[in-house]
This record gives sequence, structure tokens and C-alpha cells, in this order.
Amino acid sequence: MGHGETSKGWALIAPPALYALALLALPLGAVVVLSFFTQDFLTLDTTPTLENYRIVLTDPGFAGQLPRTLLVRSVTIAGLVTVCTVLLAYPVAYYVSFHVAPERKSLWLFLITIPFWTSYLVRVFLWKVILNFDGVVNRTLLNLGWIDEPIRAFLYSPAAVVITLTHAFAPFAILPIFVALEKIDRPLLEASRDLGEGTLRTFARVTLPLSMPGVVAAVLIVFIPTIGDYVTPRLVGGPDGLMIANLIQSQFGRLSNAPMGATLAVIAMASVGLISLLFVLATRRWTR
Amino acid sequence: MSRRWLLLYVVLYMALLYAPIALLPIFAFNDGQVIAFPLQGFSTRWFEGLWTNRTLHSALWNSLVVAVISSVLAVVLGICAARASARYAFRGQGAVMGMIMVPLVLPEIIVGVSVLIVVNTVLGLPLGLWAVIAAHVLICTPFAVAVLSGAFQSLDPAMEEAARDLGETPWGAFRTVTLPLVAPGIVASLLICFTISLDEFIIAFFLTGASPTLPVYIWGLLRFPADLPIVMALGTLLVLASIVLLTMAEIFRRRGAARAGRKDSGGFL
Repeated sequence: MGHGETSKGWALIAPPALYALALLALPLGAVVVLSFFTQDFLTLDTTPTLENYRIVLTDPGFAGQLPRTLLVRSVTIAGLVTVCTVLLAYPVAYYVSFHVAPERKSLWLFLITIPFWTSYLVRVFLWKVILNFDGVVNRTLLNLGWIDEPIRAFLYSPAAVVITLTHAFAPFAILPIFVALEKIDRPLLEASRDLGEGTLRTFARVTLPLSMPGVVAAVLIVFIPTIGDYVTPRLVGGPDGLMIANLIQSQFGRLSNAPMGATLAVIAMASVGLISLLFVLATRRWTR
Repeated sequence: MSRRWLLLYVVLYMALLYAPIALLPIFAFNDGQVIAFPLQGFSTRWFEGLWTNRTLHSALWNSLVVAVISSVLAVVLGICAARASARYAFRGQGAVMGMIMVPLVLPEIIVGVSVLIVVNTVLGLPLGLWAVIAAHVLICTPFAVAVLSGAFQSLDPAMEEAARDLGETPWGAFRTVTLPLVAPGIVASLLICFTISLDEFIIAFFLTGASPTLPVYIWGLLRFPADLPIVMALGTLLVLASIVLLTMAEIFRRRGAARAGRKDSGGFL
């Protein structure tokens, strides 16, 4: 690594790095600073205080919703979505990696990613149509004679949020697991079978542990963004399915209390960051 | 036996993945105000309504402007980052690349909120499409880097050196040797960034101000049951547009892989 190499590399990477610094690092800093301010109607009080944090963490009836309840619910929903997404995605990644001919793999990945890129809002709304009182699921169950009257509980529930988000993030979980599976040396698996291990035991003792880096990446790439979704809870969640992002959004919109919104954003980010960090540490022995 | 079950599972999974999108055209051509079964008969009136809707046209125009500018800027930044990480090894490279790629996993609401605070509270400027563009460049750049890295990493640095030995300037060598080889990757990343920006709602909702982008306009329609069939028709067209754009991106990406003589490992990420 020569000196010229370093300066050339830095000169080239400077524009995107400075852009990320200006549009990401500095604004995130501004969020943290603002979270220590308070706002009284339209006047911003810039005396640093922990008042917002006190209100969020201890006040029982804040803004009609308990921030703590919403936070716990958001983490629970995001956790459930992550578990469902990754468990459901693994067999698909496995199939594409081990049973699809190499020249057809990119076509499969392309087909898997397409729904992910297409009109997010409309996709979430379609789940509302599917789960609705007179929606596709209820109609089908009625026609099959499995139920006598439509089930209202499908829509406007935390379960509806979990289903919709699991569907939305499916490709995000498949890709990292696929990449990890692709890296596994195939002779290793043959060796395991030659040594008398069955298919299932080979999977449990060789394939699964070796694919763990992909699973961990999939968990993080699903769990972290899920917390920040306010469209899905708003459209299909109902009052019991609202998440922390809805509260953040309303602070900047209807309630116009930006410092409180910033505090909620900081707390949400800190919770997600802490959980992700603990998860990474807990899975270290497989990913190292 | 177990392999057959696996295939069955995968087929079912793919069917469910596409099921909601498959409903779009069904309701878009349905001659009924309510989005539910049973269907009322065939009609193209929801599509016809789209042609005369002025608000829709201006929202579409806003979205196109945002998507074109964002994707071009994101790809330019992406080229810098992808080439720097593929061509040079320097101290702090991992950390800087990490910072550039972070928006890929950051919750979008955090990006929206933080840019909103800077524009509104720190700078005291009015919101508008420029703020949406600034934030979209940020979230599109990692996708551009991901697509372009593949293209740049497979290049043999000796080719560019050979051009320099034959008297080309550094820029000339880049333009005549490297650029043609990575051109398909650039087109692919442009198309992907364009698609992401065109479809992005969460950030745009915070920053768009008085001139809504298309997704923000659609969000407004979702509140009125009478407008829902129009959303279905619009959604059908948007899904078609996304599929066309992404198919083109995939074709270019593969062409790039073939041109660089690289084995195609597939996938955008």
C-alpha cells in the first residue's frame, strides 16, 4: 500500500464520503441535539434538558399512546417479522443455491426481487384488500364453507402487520442467505456424506453452521428497517397495531413537536442498535 | 422425496410472493367502486380517468424529475465509491465504505426525520423536491455501489495501465478502456436507482412540501374509498413500469458481466 495509492483512493472516495457525512452523519447529530431541546407551540427552547426523555420513558398517558408500549410492541412485531421472514426464506435460498442449475440462478433471484421493487404503497394496500372483512381470504373461507361469517380480526391487528411486513421483506432475507450458501465448498458436503452422515445431519452439522453469516445478515437487514415503517401499521394495523414510527411521524406532522419526535427517533434507534449489537455478539461463534 | 417437497414449498412461496400484485389488474379492470369480490364486470374507465387527472400528471412529473436527478447523482457518487474500493487499497477504506453503505439498512423514517430537521430547523429553508432529491441520492447510492462494485472488481487494472503506457492520459485511459467495460453496469444501476426513487414514499412524505411526488399523491388517494379503483389502475401501470425497468436493468447487468468475461453469480445485491 503506497502513499500515492492512499491519496488517490481518498481523492476518489471523497465525494460519496462527504455526501454521506453531510446528509447522514450531520443530520443524525442534529436529531440527537434536537432531542435535548423542548418546544412550546411554535417557539423552540434550546436549553438542554432531559425533559423529553423523562416524558417518553415515564409519563403514563403521553399523546394518547404509551410510547413505552409502542416501543415494546414495535420491537416485538419487528422481531416476529424477522423470525418469520428468515425461517420462510431459508428453504427458498437453499433451493436456489443447491437445486437450481447455475445458469438459471440469476433468473430466479431476479424473479424473487421483482415484487420487492414494485410500488410499496400499493402492495401494502393490497394486503388490506386481501385481509378485509369482505376480502379475498374471508370470501375464500366462506365459499369453502370453513367459516359461517367473515372474520373481522384478520385486518387491523398486529398479526396483519406481521403478515404484510413479512411479505414485504421476503427478498431481503433470501439474498444474504443465498450468498452465504453459495460460498460453501460443495466437496465439504460430499465429504460429510462419504463419512456416513445423512442428508439431514449434514445439513445440521455442516450447511447450517456455515450459512450462519448469511442468516445473521438477513436478520439485521430485516429487523432494523422494519422498526421504521409507519405505512403498514397505519394501513392494516388498527389502534392495537400502531408502532413507534407512527408516533414519530405524528410528532413531525399533526402534533408539530419536532424535539419530541427527535427524542422518540433517538430512543427507537438506540433500542434497535442495542438489540442488533447483542444479537451480533450472541452469534459471534458462528460468524467468525 | 424431500427434494420434491422443497420444490413444492418454493413454488407455493413464489405464488404467495406474487399474489397481491396479481390482484392489481383484476381490480383495475373491475367495473365496481368497491375493491372486493365478487367482480362487477370488465371496464377500462379507471384507466381513462388517469388521462384527464391534472393533479396526477403534476405528481408524476415531480416524481420523474426527482427520480432522474437522484439516480444520475447517486450513480456518479456510486462510480467514485465502487472504483475507489476496487482499484485502491487505503487506510480507513472499510470505515468509509461502511458509512456510504449504511443507508441500505437504516430505517427510512430516520433518514426522513433527520433531513427534515436539518432543512426545517437548522437551515430554516422551505421543503420541496430538492430535499427529496438530496435524501434519495443518499439512499440510492448504496444500491448503485452494490451493482457497480461487481463491474469494477472484475476489471483487470493491467488494461488501463496498458492504455497509459501507450500514451493515454489517466482520464483518457479511464474513458476509452474502463468506461466501456463498466457501461452496462452503469445503465443497470441508473435504472435501479430510478426505480427506487420513483417508488419511495416514507422519506418523500416528510420532505416533499407542497408539491407531492407520485407515491405521496397515491397516499392521499388511499384515504378516499371512491378513489381506490383509480389507485388500482395507477398501481397496475406502475408495476408494469417497474418490471420493464428492472428487466432492462437485469439485461444490462448480465451484458456487463459477459463483457468483462466474468462468471454470472446473479442478483442485484
